[in-house]
Amino acid sequence: MSATKGWRSWLTTTDHKRIGLLYFWTAFVFFLIGGLEALIIRAQLARPGNTVVSAETFNQLFTMHGTTMVFLALMPLSAAFFNYIVPLQIGARDVAFPRLNAFSYWVFVLGGLLLNASWLLPHHPAPDAGWFGYANLTSREFSPGPNIDFWLLGLQILGVASLAAGFNFIVTILNLRAPGMKMMRLPVFSWMTLVTSFLIITAFPVITVALVLLMFDRFFGTHFYLTSAGGDPVLWQHLFWIFGHPEVYILILPAMGIVSEVLPTFARKPLFGYTVVVYSGVLIGFMGWGVWSHHMFSVGLGPIADSVFSATTMLIAVPTGVKIFNWLATLWGGQIRATSALHFAVGFIALFTIGGLSGVMHASPPADLQQTDTYFVVAHIHYVLFGGTVFGLFAGMYYWWPKMTGRLLGERLGKLHFWLMFVGMNLAFFPMHFIGLLGMPRRIYTYAPELGVAKLNLVSTVGAFLIGASILVFLINVWRTRKRGKVAGNDPWGGATLEWTIPSPPPPHNFDVIPTVASRLPRWSMTQLTAIPEGAELGKPHAPAGSWWPLVAACGLPVLALAPLTHTLWVAFLGAAILITGIYRWAFEPFEV
Amino acid sequence: MPPYRRHRWLTLLPLVLAACGGPFPQSALHPESDYARSLDALFHGIFWWAVLVFVLVESLLLFILLRYRQRAGAATPKPTHGHTVLEIAWTLAPALILVFIAVPTMRTIFATQQPPAFNALRIEVIGHQWWWEYRYPAAGIVTANELHVPVGRPVDLEISTADVIHSFWAPGLGGKRDLIPGHVNRITFTAESIGTFTGQCAEFCGESHANMRLRVAVESDSAFRAWLAGQGGLGRLAAKGSVEEKGRDAFRRYGCIACHTVTGVSAGVIGPNLTHVGSRTPIAAGVLPNTAEALARWIGDPPGVKPGARMPKLPMAPADLTALVAYLQSLK
Repeated sequence: MSATKGWRSWLTTTDHKRIGLLYFWTAFVFFLIGGLEALIIRAQLARPGNTVVSAETFNQLFTMHGTTMVFLALMPLSAAFFNYIVPLQIGARDVAFPRLNAFSYWVFVLGGLLLNASWLLPHHPAPDAGWFGYANLTSREFSPGPNIDFWLLGLQILGVASLAAGFNFIVTILNLRAPGMKMMRLPVFSWMTLVTSFLIITAFPVITVALVLLMFDRFFGTHFYLTSAGGDPVLWQHLFWIFGHPEVYILILPAMGIVSEVLPTFARKPLFGYTVVVYSGVLIGFMGWGVWSHHMFSVGLGPIADSVFSATTMLIAVPTGVKIFNWLATLWGGQIRATSALHFAVGFIALFTIGGLSGVMHASPPADLQQTDTYFVVAHIHYVLFGGTVFGLFAGMYYWWPKMTGRLLGERLGKLHFWLMFVGMNLAFFPMHFIGLLGMPRRIYTYAPELGVAKLNLVSTVGAFLIGASILVFLINVWRTRKRGKVAGNDPWGGATLEWTIPSPPPPHNFDVIPTVASRLPRWSMTQLTAIPEGAELGKPHAPAGSWWPLVAACGLPVLALAPLTHTLWVAFLGAAILITGIYRWAFEPFEV
Repeated sequence: MPPYRRHRWLTLLPLVLAACGGPFPQSALHPESDYARSLDALFHGIFWWAVLVFVLVESLLLFILLRYRQRAGAATPKPTHGHTVLEIAWTLAPALILVFIAVPTMRTIFATQQPPAFNALRIEVIGHQWWWEYRYPAAGIVTANELHVPVGRPVDLEISTADVIHSFWAPGLGGKRDLIPGHVNRITFTAESIGTFTGQCAEFCGESHANMRLRVAVESDSAFRAWLAGQGGLGRLAAKGSVEEKGRDAFRRYGCIACHTVTGVSAGVIGPNLTHVGSRTPIAAGVLPNTAEALARWIGDPPGVKPGARMPKLPMAPADLTALVAYLQSLK
């Protein structure tokens, strides 16, 4: 069972590194799909009154673009790094629950496939009420088709994957740290993984409840979100954003963690104010819970609520600003090596700052009333989630690629990738600030030529296609270096953390000897770390066997989802049977070799 | 290219925007009411603070990248781990700036959410998929899509919805406010100049969200009174034997009466009230101009103009269509 070759070994693997790679490539494919959706959206908006797609298809495209990028691309791309890097950074041989880890991955894949299967059915009933799915547009009355069913069931399934992964990484980081790695010696990326995992396990139950209520409204005729029997559609907005705002930090904190690893390595200086950076990350995680209604200033919650949520939102800018200054101070006085990874990390700082500033603009409710639901906000979220998260993730890719594959990505193509993406990103999203202030709402499939925003929209479309080109450059880079890339060795960059003490890619058991850590930057303060102490008993490293049962159990969930989609009861029993069988066999399977 | 040149192109942006010209009839940057002006003033204050921080952070970043590039043979940098005073300083500085933003913000929040003035003109705004209904309860008038308000008098929009959530947004006159089932919301403003303002629904409300546009005509007091007077009473009667009369018959025969009200002719409440439809500037929620040609196109194929429209595409004899268009246009 513990094979490491052949396709079967990938289906049964419980090795965090292989699961990390699975996460990476699956999420990257979804990233390409979400990007393709974005390009069609931009093609449609290139000029007023365009007819590239119909209104219906356009609504599906922006719904699926948002849903795909948030749940199927950015979160799992972060999860890919959680999986691959965190156990290496903390000196562990795997995650705490390797089979649960495999289960998370398979549930994520199947949930993503279920969501996207809606494109392939006759009349492509893909979700079409926005990634935020506001009630009561999502009710049976106004959305009679299966579109919303695909959306809510798909998200329910993905929630299971996220929750399982969240618990797994909390236990891993708290319990499996190498001897001597106190919490305040934990690398910042692992710290941010921990904070993100806590946000996941606390935020996802909220969306789960919201979706269960929606499911009841749609399938069993309840009225949680419908005024006809005393319900209230605003309830959905509160529940969705109580989840939705922490979700924003779930998306950005891992990227902040990556940047906090990349900058010190390439400036050859420790992170400036490690403690403050860590605590501000924790603080952002906490404060992220108290700001949700800033998504709802146009709802009319009254001046008191508006003021309170405005104040909490402005406050959250403080720890965020502190991080920016600490990163700048890290670079200050350093010897900055302009590698591709550093380019992307610096790009993160430059672009995220813009997103943060526009964020402060709509933290002010009266100003926000002219901005919310317009392209101004589209510009803002893309500066945060593209300029921030995606640039951070690419910094992580260039940084850890050699660790994951054993070969470096090409630097020339890497920089070409960066510049194309940087220019494309600013062309695509900067004009959107103006487009929004000049009166163009978001989520409209067409706009009047009289608005005077046609040229700006064309510029934005050109920028979007430049981003597309930059992604092609990245893929060419990956392809060209897969066999001919520079061999990485243990540590191509001179990194400070534990992952650079072991071979690239690491052996299945990661560490021959679990290192004892005596400092925050083990590689920089004691280079003899990898040396095996004389006379040490190596023993047999723990090598987990593969298992089919996580995959089997995961398959139960989409089958369960098929029951309401097809209105067939026995399918529900079948799904439950698969799930229970999978979990039962998994529980009684001997796991150690 | 080294990273320090990254923002050179940004200087071109104002030029790009200028080249895009105008006019921008739906711009939030050209406030024409007390409400819109107070939002705009707040926005400008915050904008300049943002510019200040932007310039500071980005130029610091550029300076650092230039100054501390790796140089051959340079010594390993000093491993500084932090600096308490500095860190306290850059925690307090943004907090201080935020105070300068928060205070005017709170003031504006309360100032713009006051109860309406005693002499305010109350208008009910009701959102429908995908058009706007306006009721002037004091005058007993029901109209659609084109809102008329007098200049210089407080207006109190009482907004609600007949189906899903919409959002009323006429940027020149103020910020948006959502129309939510089971809730009644309010926008109050006093228009400060005569003119026509466009706007549109800002909350995604289904297939034709993009086509739910609106128009606000701000008129002088006398013009507004004249308009009010013209909107009352019965729809214009069609002369016997005229093409308009044939159109009115078609209006009945094709079942238009089931959804539309023309006072004295029909009492449908699903679609817009058409008693004075001929007097409106746009039709079909602002998507088409009110011309015979556009009206024929709209009636001939509503879902073709506005995807998902509730108004069905009816097989209609060309003569009937022409007569119907003539009838509707006569309803001034």
